[in-house]
Amino acid sequence: MSTGLRCAGLGHRYRRKIWGLRDCSLDVPAGRVVALVGPNGSGKTTLMSMAAGLLPASTGRVEAAGGAPAQRLDRIGFVAQDAPLWPRLRVADVLEIGRCMNHGFDAAMASERIRRLGIRTRARISALSGGERAQVALTLVLAKRPELFLLDEPTANLDPLARREFLGSMFEACSETGATVLYSSHAVAELERICDYLIVLRSGHLRVAGDIDELRQQHRVIRGPDGWPDGGGWQVISQRSTAGRTTALVRRDGAQLAGPGLHDAAPTFDELVLGYLEGDAATRHEEALA
Amino acid sequence: MFRVDAGSGVPIYRQLVQQVRRDVMLGRLQPGDQLPSVKEVVDSLSVNPNTVVKAFGELEHQGLVVRRQGVGTFVAAAPPVTSLPVAPKLLGSLARWVDRARQDGLSSEQIRILLEVALDEPAVILGDHRAAGGAG
Repeated sequence: MSTGLRCAGLGHRYRRKIWGLRDCSLDVPAGRVVALVGPNGSGKTTLMSMAAGLLPASTGRVEAAGGAPAQRLDRIGFVAQDAPLWPRLRVADVLEIGRCMNHGFDAAMASERIRRLGIRTRARISALSGGERAQVALTLVLAKRPELFLLDEPTANLDPLARREFLGSMFEACSETGATVLYSSHAVAELERICDYLIVLRSGHLRVAGDIDELRQQHRVIRGPDGWPDGGGWQVISQRSTAGRTTALVRRDGAQLAGPGLHDAAPTFDELVLGYLEGDAATRHEEALA
Repeated sequence: MFRVDAGSGVPIYRQLVQQVRRDVMLGRLQPGDQLPSVKEVVDSLSVNPNTVVKAFGELEHQGLVVRRQGVGTFVAAAPPVTSLPVAPKLLGSLARWVDRARQDGLSSEQIRILLEVALDEPAVILGDHRAAGGAG
């Protein structure tokens, strides 16, 4: 199976020796829609910028749409957070630049989409609402017909109808061309419908990456009397205690079963994501020292 | 025809599979009936096409549907599920039981909990019942 995005030991160190991303290795098969989740400052934008060829790797390497990003720029479509576009240009000019700078740009589709959305082509970008600006940027990236979409919180500024319309267009592109999508969002609830692959980052480290349905099978949420996971050989991802009960997200090892007095359930998508976002105390301690 | 409950413990592709199974069992979907296309499901639910393709693949694997290249997906001629005609005796008595539970002031949630207990722990309940009957 071909690869949509591959990283090996990938890291980027910003000036003043702060690591934006550290030792990240993952392999996303082509055609997947990936939920990229992490708190602010966890490395999501750093990973996207490196995959887009905008930021060099300090360590390791990254392959996007089947090659080094710098060689695959025509196959990669990146929409940065808040959809930055030249504010003084008119919508029509932005579309024309998109056509001139991208081989195979679907100009007819782009103007038809802008017309359908009721955005005036004579308007300057600076005069558009946040949602309209996002739609112009998303139209550019759809018309480019990339193999890899890198979308940093693409629907944050869209109303629910615009959001559904955009997702429909994105899914159509995925079905038609088999494109891979890296989709970052803080809205965990929307990601379960949109994505089939999960990447969780925290403090510049990769916490987990994998097929969502497989991850749900590989984990359990177990509830029991306080302190039950101690010394039980469980691989605890995160745990919290309330009212004398401890609930933990654990990785299931083979046939290991919850013992008597433990309540055992498959994790919901939220429990899986939040479990990896929280992490266990030991990891937090390590990070504080790092 | 599909509904999705994101945030429930059940993966979305499995929810789609269960809904088709249920409709076939209830006879709401008949052999030869056409299912919506992947694109139609994606558009109406805003779910990832891979998820819908996976659900249809699973249904095909279970022998519930057949896919005809370029035509669509159809309920199989002899789907391997036992059909549950909609108005048999059991459903009638269940409906009367639900009606009585409502008259007793139970909510839908409470009724579901009772049903789950009866499904999951029948031995315990029947044991308690017999013990109580023996004592009285």
